[in-house]
Amino acid sequence: MATNTPDEQMTGPAVSVPSIPVEEIVSICQTYGNDRHRMLDILRDVQDRFRWISPKVMETVASQTCLSRIEVEGVASFYSFLSQTPKGRVTIRLCDDIIDRFAGLAAIAEAFEEELGIKVGETSPDESFSLEYTPCIGMCDQAPAAMVNDVVVTKLTPDLARQWAQSLKAGKSPEEIVSDRFADLSPHARATAQVDNNIRHAGAVLLGPVPDDAGLKTALGLTPVQIMDMIEASGLRGCGGAGFTTGRKWKFAAAEKAEKHFVLCNADEGEPGTFKDRVLLTERPHLLVEGMTIAARAVGAREGIIYLRGEYVYLRDLIEEVLADRRARGLLGEAILGVEGFDFDLRVQMGAGAYICGEEGALISSCEGLPGEPKTRPPFPVNRGYLGYPTVVNNVETFCHAARILDRGAQWFFDMGEEGSHGTKLFSVSGDCLNPGLYEFPYGLTINELLEMVGGEDAAAVQVGGPSGTMIARDSFHRRLTFDDLATGGAIIVFSGERNVLEIVEYYMSFFVHESCGYCTPCRVGNVFLQKAIGKFRKGLANPEDIDYLKDLSGTIIETSRCGLGMTSPNPILTTLKNFPLVYSAMVKPSKDGIRATFDIQSAIDGARHLAKRRSYIYDEDFSK
Amino acid sequence: MTDQDITFTIDGVAITAKPGQTIMEAADDAGVYIPRLCDHEGLRHQGGCRVCTVKANGRSVAACTQPAAPGQTVENETPHINKLRRDLVEMLFHEGNHLCPICEASGNCELQAMAYRLEMGEPTKFPYLEPSRALDASHHDIALDTNRCISCGRCIRASKDVDGKGVFGYVGRGIHRRVAVNGEDLAHTDADASDHAMSDEVCPVGCIIRKRVGFATPIGEREFDKGLIGYEIEGKRRG
Ligand SMILES: Cc1cc2nc3c(=O)[nH]c(=O)nc-3n(C[C@H](O)[C@H](O)[C@H](O)COP(=O)(O)O)c2cc1C
Ligand code: SF4
Ligand code: SF4
Ligand code: SF4
Ligand code: FES
Ligand code: FES
Repeated sequence: MATNTPDEQMTGPAVSVPSIPVEEIVSICQTYGNDRHRMLDILRDVQDRFRWISPKVMETVASQTCLSRIEVEGVASFYSFLSQTPKGRVTIRLCDDIIDRFAGLAAIAEAFEEELGIKVGETSPDESFSLEYTPCIGMCDQAPAAMVNDVVVTKLTPDLARQWAQSLKAGKSPEEIVSDRFADLSPHARATAQVDNNIRHAGAVLLGPVPDDAGLKTALGLTPVQIMDMIEASGLRGCGGAGFTTGRKWKFAAAEKAEKHFVLCNADEGEPGTFKDRVLLTERPHLLVEGMTIAARAVGAREGIIYLRGEYVYLRDLIEEVLADRRARGLLGEAILGVEGFDFDLRVQMGAGAYICGEEGALISSCEGLPGEPKTRPPFPVNRGYLGYPTVVNNVETFCHAARILDRGAQWFFDMGEEGSHGTKLFSVSGDCLNPGLYEFPYGLTINELLEMVGGEDAAAVQVGGPSGTMIARDSFHRRLTFDDLATGGAIIVFSGERNVLEIVEYYMSFFVHESCGYCTPCRVGNVFLQKAIGKFRKGLANPEDIDYLKDLSGTIIETSRCGLGMTSPNPILTTLKNFPLVYSAMVKPSKDGIRATFDIQSAIDGARHLAKRRSYIYDEDFSK
Repeated sequence: MTDQDITFTIDGVAITAKPGQTIMEAADDAGVYIPRLCDHEGLRHQGGCRVCTVKANGRSVAACTQPAAPGQTVENETPHINKLRRDLVEMLFHEGNHLCPICEASGNCELQAMAYRLEMGEPTKFPYLEPSRALDASHHDIALDTNRCISCGRCIRASKDVDGKGVFGYVGRGIHRRVAVNGEDLAHTDADASDHAMSDEVCPVGCIIRKRVGFATPIGEREFDKGLIGYEIEGKRRG
């Protein structure tokens, strides 16, 4: 099949599209050993090189990987960063989260549209540019933000947007715009040239001084069971949101007899308002790998994966450099630190724009080259995970904590925080406050205390834990950040009294509609209905009964959804109904004459008018006058 | 019953399950019907429609994928659970385009039959999404009309696992996820009217239509003219 025939596509647009030589596709597939489990890498490479995944490409990839075309298409059509129509040589993705909207996104989008001569959602006819919206890219503390190909631009202003557009039009690459010396910079310097860390408060565990590999060295002197006992005794719970006891998770995986075990790091960080893992990946990448290596020793894994969200591609070189350095120093690979039989290595799996891939089953599916759909539970990942083998999946922050616990001891960690919530936690603070950024504190802080520190005393509402978390009002600011009171994977979004709560809720519902994987009925369909219902409230077309409708429908979605996305997607509505009831009641009107306010006779008869090719004698104004 | 068998209850009825059986499989054997749309005998479980939602020890789970566990108390036919199921069935109606009176599948359709069983009598409160989906009539013997598709994936699993072909697959994400064929259209796949995937029993609604055999069964003799959906399973128990 490796002939040099250009791609004859039948369904693409009329403009000339770059021809895609079959041999190049074959060679990309070969780079990944024609392994179907590397489908996401294959398709990402095709997208990067040829800017789209044509029907012909899908056929070639399918035949190389022994799959059917429809299976390849299933993957290609699932991820936002893969495209089945040709994209521009430069794709600009503007974060359109509510934080960015409040920070002036509209003017920035307009500036790009004017300069580039295309609207958001379009590709220029000569294929220079594509302009798109994308959900939160993890730069909430420096919004408005955008991705320009693999480069991140933050703190955008309309002027800065114009400058970028003009430089790009003049033929500069995004990297050159960041720095004339981009290629000479270290990966770390490249990352920090694009994105600020904004570390506002360093705590004792993660952001303060951290010795190199001290935890790993302790681990070498311990048995796997001792390591896991120590992690369990420390009280460490998962930092990705669900809060499962880490020591127990490792023990479950270790107890499973299998030929292989895997350790996976969840660096998908997709929950809007969360950016803590971005900073850890930038400033503590060695600590993360150290934690994963300790986990590998505990559960007997020889292989691992860091699943890095597509939006953080600017950190890929940095992580690869860390891995290479550790291999060179005997901290990864065979016989780690000279210990015979202690072998562990890992690879980076890039995501491609799908929030659901942060759900651990979907993350595993994605690593296996499948669409990012959650897996049926049971079996759980610790029993049968990646490729069917027992797998530990932990968040970036969780692994970092684990490494520190091995160094400083379980008691040290246990003594910080509160009963049931031990140690410190990273909080990603953004929105209407003076000092957005990253804060590390022991669990147990109240919202008031945090607001005081971040300069957010004017807050009228705080979204704790992102859209899937809880929106609280002033009367709850005494509540504490713990697993038992206000649990959060790290997001704290501050909203002042000027913000429209329903606008926030409507945005969050559109986010869930965009990010639902579509596998199960309630989440796929029900969230669309919720979004439409909130739209009614926003337009002032809701009836009092619609409040019950929202609660009722939310209840069904929560009770019947297949994974955590659907089980939490109604939270923006339910928590604001509870904590901001007036916002809703102010928008409802009892119906007049039993007719629903949403019923519009003009649009209802419009179809008939077109079919009959005449107007209505009763309802058309010029006839009834 | 062997030593390894598991016993539990569904709505107070004692059920025996073999190790590894799901709640639904055990219920079927015992003649207790749990409503379902995406699950189908002889096909892998999918757990997508969620119509089989039950409460096991108070927690909602999909009966088609949840393993039976010893001693657990399962609730199936409660007003609350049936209300959840009715919501789900309504969602499926509103997601596609359904006009039962003129539909080939009417009377043999599992979605319609489920609506009857769950007493979906009143007008629903959900909005209609009215998608626009093209009819694929390219194939000589089969037409594919996904306007009525409920994304159950039965055709996908039947074609792949039973026929060994892979004519169908999912594409897209979220509300845009839909069933598509392995080629430009159905005529460009290796679909054949004799495939199991194309048989009457696989598509629960009226998407996969064999040409020239429409409206073959007279009213009164259609599958669900004989009884409410689930009557065969429930018949086992009545003896
Ligand atoms: C929709 C959804 C998105 C999630 N996103 C993330 C994420 O971005 N990062 C993360 O660590 N965990 C995420 N989780 C939680 C993971 O499923 C899993 O619980 C976590 O990675 C386990 O690691 P931990 O125990 O260290 O927290 C998500 C869960 C759901 C349901
Ligand atoms: S709840 Fe949503 S995201 Fe989860 S499986 Fe169902 S459709 Fe997919
Ligand atoms: S597929 Fe079933 S529910 Fe849909 S229109 Fe036909 S008979 Fe009615
Ligand atoms: S075409 Fe029929 S069998 Fe296939 S997914 Fe749709 S409803 Fe199910
Ligand atoms: S980057 Fe825009 S909100 Fe997170
Ligand atoms: S029958 Fe169980 S989810 Fe569809």
